[in-house]
Amino acid sequence: MQSRALEILVGFFVCLGVAAVFVLTFRVASLDTFGGETYSVTAKFGNIGGLKAGSAVTMAGVRVGRVRAIEFDPQSYEARVTIDIAKRYDRIPADSSAKILTAGLLGEQYIGLEPGGLDEYLTEGSELELTQGAVVLENLIGQFLAQDGGDDKLAEAIGKLAESLEQRKAQPQGDAR
Amino acid sequence: MNDTETSLVSVRGLRFGYGSRLIYDGVDVDIRRGRITAIMGPSGTGKTTLLRLIGGQWRPNAGTVRFDGEDVHKQSRAGLYRMRRRMGMLFQHGALLTDLTVFENVAYPLREHTRLADALIRDIVLMKLEAVGLRGAAELYPEELSGGMARRVALARAIALDPDMVMYDEPFTGQDPISMGVLMRLIRSLNQSLGITSIVVSHDVGEVLSIADYAYIVHGGKVLDHGTPDAIRGSSSELVRQFLEGRHDGPIAFHYKTARTFEEDLMGETA
Amino acid sequence: MTGVWLVLSSFLAGLGRAQFFLASIVAAIPAALGRPRLVVQQLYSVGVLSLIIIVLSGSFVGMVLALQLYRTLIRFGAEESLGSLIALVIVRELGPVVTALLFAGRAGSALAAEIGLMRATDQLSAMEMMAVDPVRRVIAPRFLAGVIAMPLLAGIFSVMAIGVAGGHAIGVELLGVDAGSYWSQIRAGVEIDDIRQSFVKAVVFGATVSWIAVYQGYHAVPTSEGVSRATTSTVVVSSLSILALDFVLTAFMFR
Repeated sequence: MQSRALEILVGFFVCLGVAAVFVLTFRVASLDTFGGETYSVTAKFGNIGGLKAGSAVTMAGVRVGRVRAIEFDPQSYEARVTIDIAKRYDRIPADSSAKILTAGLLGEQYIGLEPGGLDEYLTEGSELELTQGAVVLENLIGQFLAQDGGDDKLAEAIGKLAESLEQRKAQPQGDAR
Repeated sequence: MNDTETSLVSVRGLRFGYGSRLIYDGVDVDIRRGRITAIMGPSGTGKTTLLRLIGGQWRPNAGTVRFDGEDVHKQSRAGLYRMRRRMGMLFQHGALLTDLTVFENVAYPLREHTRLADALIRDIVLMKLEAVGLRGAAELYPEELSGGMARRVALARAIALDPDMVMYDEPFTGQDPISMGVLMRLIRSLNQSLGITSIVVSHDVGEVLSIADYAYIVHGGKVLDHGTPDAIRGSSSELVRQFLEGRHDGPIAFHYKTARTFEEDLMGETA
Repeated sequence: MTGVWLVLSSFLAGLGRAQFFLASIVAAIPAALGRPRLVVQQLYSVGVLSLIIIVLSGSFVGMVLALQLYRTLIRFGAEESLGSLIALVIVRELGPVVTALLFAGRAGSALAAEIGLMRATDQLSAMEMMAVDPVRRVIAPRFLAGVIAMPLLAGIFSVMAIGVAGGHAIGVELLGVDAGSYWSQIRAGVEIDDIRQSFVKAVVFGATVSWIAVYQGYHAVPTSEGVSRATTSTVVVSSLSILALDFVLTAFMFR
C-alpha cells in the first residue's frame, strides 16, 4: 500500500507522459515536419493557383522546404509566399527562380526552385526575385480563342502546351509523402 | 505491563482513521495466549477494523501492533505472510471462494502452503469438517449452503493449518439460536482442546460474555472498560451499563442530534 | 476550490494507484506462468466464450464493408481492388479495434464484475489473511489470459471479415467480384508488416483492457453499487483508451 501523496505524484507524471505522447503523435502524423531548423525566404507570384500553406518546396525534385504562409500584398497586387527551407540547404544561389508546378497532371501544386548562378546565397529574409505563377487553364484556353487567324497559331499553341506538359511529367516530383 | 509471555497480541497507542473520522484514538489491547478475548461495543465503532489492523491488512496512523513479540507492520511481505499462516480469520459472512466446493475451500490453505500428499490433505480436510459437523457437505458449493453452514465451513478453513490464533468477526450476527449455540460451542471447544487463542468481535453481549475469558468494551475510539465478564457486568460506567442492558436511551442517545426541537420542525412550514 | 482539488487529486491518485497495481501484476506474471492450469482456465472464460460474438461481428463488419466500398469503387471502375481494400482496412484498423471494443464489453466487464464481487464478499481479504497473494492467484492469470486472447480473437475477426463469411461472401457471391482477383489482390496488397502491426495493436489493446478491468474490480467499493460502477467504468474507460491508443499507434506505425 502506497501513501496517497505518492499515488498522486505518480498519477501526475502519467498525465504528463500521456500529454507528451499525444503532442509527439500530432507532430509525427502531420506532414513530415523537418527534424531541424529552417530559415525563411519570400517570393511574390502573380497567381498562386492551388498552392496552400504546407505545400512542398522542391529543388531538383528533392524536397527542401515547405510553404509556411501565403498572403496578399496590397502594394504589388501579388501573392506573397513565405517559404521555410531546411537550414542544411544553405547554398541556394540568391538569384534562383521559383515556379509553381503541378504534381502529375491533376495533382497538388508545389514550388520548384531552379538554381541561379550567383555566389551569393539565400539567407533568412531573402526574396526570390524570379518567379513564375501557376498556369491557369482558363487563361490558356482564352489565349487561343482570342488569337485571330490561323490553325497555324492553334497548332503552335497546342504544340507548346504539349511540350510544357511533357516537361512537367519528366520532372520528378520528389518525396512528398 | 503484560509481556509477550502471556500476550500473543499486544496493541499499544493505536491511532487509526481515514478522512475526518478517527476510529481509534490511542487504544491499548492485550490478547492473552490460550484465552478467548471479546472485543465489544456499539455498532460502527470499528471493531472489525481492529482485526484488520492486527492481521496487517491496514496500517495504523500511529501506535504498534505486536504478534508474538514482533511488530506486524514492520514485516517484509514474506514475514507478514509467515505471521498470517499462524492466524485464522473467520469473516462475517464466511467469505468462501465461490468457485470451489466446500472440500476445496477447506483444502485451499493446505494446498497453497504445504506440500502434503493428496491423501493426507484429504484426511485433514475431513477431520476439520468433522470438527464443525459438516463432513457430509463436502461436495456442496458455497451457494448451496445456509449462512450458518457457510460460517462453519469458513471456520474449518480457518483452522486448516492449525493456527495459533483465530479471529472471529461478528460470528453471531444474524444467526438463529441453534446456529448461535453451535458456533459458541465450537469456539469454546477449539479454544479448550486445541489451546487456540481466540479474539471474538461482537455486539451480541449475552452470547459473547458467556464464553469469553476477558472482554474489552470499545467506543468513541477508546477502550471504555476491560476485564473479566463478571467485572464488566459490574461496571459502573453509564455507557457500559446501557450497552450491556440494551437500554434504548442513555449516553448513546436515542434521538439523532439536531438543533431544532420537534415543535419547531412540525411548525416549520407555517412559522 | 477545494472541491476541484478533491476531484483532481482522487483522479490522479487513481491513475497512480493503477500504475503500482500494473507493476505488481507484471511482477506476478512469472508466478502465474508457473500455474498454467489457472491461465488456461481463464483463457477459456475470456477467450473461448467470446468466440461467438467475435465470429458473428467479424462476418457482419466484413459484409457491410464490402457493400459500402463496392459502391464507391465501381464509380472509378476499380471494383477489382475490393479484396485488398477490405483486407487492409480490416487488418490495419477494424480488426484490432472492433475486436478490442467487443472484448472490453464482454470479457472486460465480466472480469471487473467477477473481481469486484470477490472484493465485495471479502474473498480477496480472506485470501490475504490466508497468506495468499490475490494478485498472484487471481489477478495475474486473468490479465495474462486477456493479453493472450486478444490477438487471437482479433485474428479470427479479421479472417471472418475478409474471408468466406464476410467480404468474400458479399463481394464474390453477391456482387460478382472475381474470386481469383479478390484473393490475389489481398495477397498483393497486404504486407507482412501490416500483419505484424495489427498484432502489436491487438496485444496492446488486450493488455489495456485487461489492466483496466482487473484494476476496477480489485479497487471497487465493496457494495453492489460499487461493483456496478466498476463494471461500467471498465467498459467506458477501456473503449476510450482503445480509440486513443489506436490513434497514437497508427500515427507511429503507419507512416
